[in-house]
Amino acid sequence: MTTVATSTVVRRRARAPRYRRDWSRYLLVAVVVILVLIPFAWMVSIAFTPADRAFGSVALVPDNPTLENFRSAINDVGLVRALGNSLLVALAAVVVNCAVAPLAGYAFARLPFPGSRLVFLMIIATTAIPVSVTLIPLFLMTKSFPLAGGNDLFGHGGNGLLDTLPAVTIPHLVGAMNVFLSRQYFLGMPSELAEAARVDGAGELRIFTRVHLPLARPLIAIVAIFSFTGTWDDFLWPLVTTTSSKNYTVQLALVQFNSTGNIRYGALMAGAILITLPVVLVFLANQRSFISGLAEGGSKG
Amino acid sequence: MSAAGLVAVPVRRRRRWTRLHWAGLAMAAPAVAYVVVFSLFPVLYGLRISFTRYNPLRRGGPQWTGLENYRDLLHSAEFGRSLLVTGQFVLMVLPATIVIATGLAVLVNRPFRGIGFVRSALYLPNIVSLTAVSMIWLWMYSQHGLFNEVLGAIGLPAQDLLHNENTALAAAAAMRVWKALGSNMVLILAGLQGIPNERYEAATVDGASSWQRFVNVTLPGLRPTLVFVVAMDIIYLAQSFAEIYVLTQGGPLGSTTTVNYLIYTTAFQYNQFGSAAAMAFVLFAFVAGFSLLATRGISGRRG
Repeated sequence: MTTVATSTVVRRRARAPRYRRDWSRYLLVAVVVILVLIPFAWMVSIAFTPADRAFGSVALVPDNPTLENFRSAINDVGLVRALGNSLLVALAAVVVNCAVAPLAGYAFARLPFPGSRLVFLMIIATTAIPVSVTLIPLFLMTKSFPLAGGNDLFGHGGNGLLDTLPAVTIPHLVGAMNVFLSRQYFLGMPSELAEAARVDGAGELRIFTRVHLPLARPLIAIVAIFSFTGTWDDFLWPLVTTTSSKNYTVQLALVQFNSTGNIRYGALMAGAILITLPVVLVFLANQRSFISGLAEGGSKG
Repeated sequence: MSAAGLVAVPVRRRRRWTRLHWAGLAMAAPAVAYVVVFSLFPVLYGLRISFTRYNPLRRGGPQWTGLENYRDLLHSAEFGRSLLVTGQFVLMVLPATIVIATGLAVLVNRPFRGIGFVRSALYLPNIVSLTAVSMIWLWMYSQHGLFNEVLGAIGLPAQDLLHNENTALAAAAAMRVWKALGSNMVLILAGLQGIPNERYEAATVDGASSWQRFVNVTLPGLRPTLVFVVAMDIIYLAQSFAEIYVLTQGGPLGSTTTVNYLIYTTAFQYNQFGSAAAMAFVLFAFVAGFSLLATRGISGRRG
C-alpha cells in the first residue's frame, strides 16, 4: 500500500512541469480555501474584539484586541472544569478503544474463528444504527445501572450512573469503526512474521503484543484520535445524561452562552476556540496518519 | 470414496475448533461483548419500548400498547413534517457536498506546492465540533454578521435567515455543506488515488479531452468510493441534531424540526419514551431504505 502510493507520487511529481498552464486551477483552489477559512478568521477576530463592539460590524483585525473574552469564557460557564471533564472522559475512551479495538481487529484479520465473518459484519452493521435508536434504551440502562447512584442490585430506586462522568463515556468505549479500521490495517500486514514466532512456540497474545502491535503505531494513532475527537465532540448524549453543571462537558458548557437569550459573541467565540484547540492540536500532530487513516477506511470499505 | 464421505469431511473440519480459533475468539470477545451489550441489546430493548406507553417519571413502568405508537405516528402531522424536514435537509446538503467535494478532490489530487496546507485547510471545518461550528454560523447569520455585512455592501437589505420559516433550514444546510466538504473530499481523494494511471494514459492516447477522461475514467473508477460516501452521508445527515439545537431550536414554526430533534423533545422534554422510541425506528427504516436505494442507484445494480 505505502510503496504503491509513494511510487505514484514520484511518477506524478516527475511529470508535473508539463502542467504549467494550471493557474486557473490554483486560483480556484485559493478561492475555495479562503471561503472555507473565512468563518474561522472571524471567529478568532471576534474572540479578540472588546465585548461592547462585538454587536456591531466586526473588523477582521480588531482595533484594540483584548483577552477579556477569554477571561469571561473561562469564568462564566466553568469552562476549566468542563475542559477537565471532557479530557477525563475522552482519555478513558482513548485507553479502552486502543486496548480493545486493535485486539479485535487483529483477531478478525488473522485468527478467524468459525462464524467470525458474521460477527464482524454484525459489528460493522451497528455503525448504520441511528444514535436516536439506542438513545432511550441506553439512557434507561444508565439510569438502572446496579448498585450505583442509590440503586439496588436490580437497578431500582436511584438514578444509577445518570449525571456522572462514567455515563458520558459509555457510548464511546468501543467504536465499531475502530474495529473495522484495525482489521483493514492488519489485513495489509505480512503474515510471515507471525508464522515465524508461532514456529518458535510463542502464544497468540504474545505474537500480537510483541510482533504486530509495535508495527501498528499509525493504527494506534488513528484509533486514539478518532476516539478522542468522537468523545470530545459528542453533544446529544451528555445533554440527556448530564444535569448538574459540575459534570458538563465542553460542548454543553459552550451552549450555555446561547441559552441566556442575550448572546455574547465575544465570549462565545473565545470559548469555541478554547474547546477546539485540543482537537486541532491533536489533529496537527498526527495530520498525516489522520487523513490517510480516514482515506483507507473509505477506499477499502 | 462415497459421496457422503466427501460431503461429511468439510463439515466436520468446519466445526473443529483449533487453538488458533479459540485465541481469535478470546481476543475479539471484549469488543464483541461491548457491541452486544451497548448496541444490539439496546436496539431490541428500544423496539420493546416502542410498543409501550412509558413515562419514566411515573410509577408503574411501561404499559404495553402494541402498535398504538406507530399508528399514532401515522396520523401525526408533526412527525410527518419532521420526516419531510429531515429529507429536505439531506437533499439540500448531499448533492451539493458530493459535487463540490469531488471537484475539490480532483483539484487537489495532483501534487503542487502547498498541497498539504490546502488539504488541511479544507479539512479543518470537519475537525471542529458541530456545536462550535454552529456557534460561528450563528454569528455569521446574525444582524451584523458576515452574511448581512456582505449583503449590505452590495446594497441589499439585511436578512434574518434563521428566523424566517422559508430560509432557516437552507441556512442550516449551507453550514453543513461547508462542514462536510473536507471529510468527503479526503475519502474521494483516496478513491481517486486508487484509479490506475494506465487508464488515464490509455484514454489520453485515444484522444480523450480532460472532461471525457473525467466522465469515462474518473467517475466509473470512483463508483465504489461514492457508494460508501453517499451511504455514510445519508446516515449522518439524517441524524442532524446539534446544529439544529444551536441554530434554531427546531423553529421557526417547526420548519427545522428534524426527526432527531423531535425525538429529543418528545423523550426528554415531554417524557413520552414509547412514542419517541417508535419515531427512532421509523427514522431507522427510512435511513436504511434510502441509503440502500442510493447506493444501488450509484453502483448500477438492480433489485
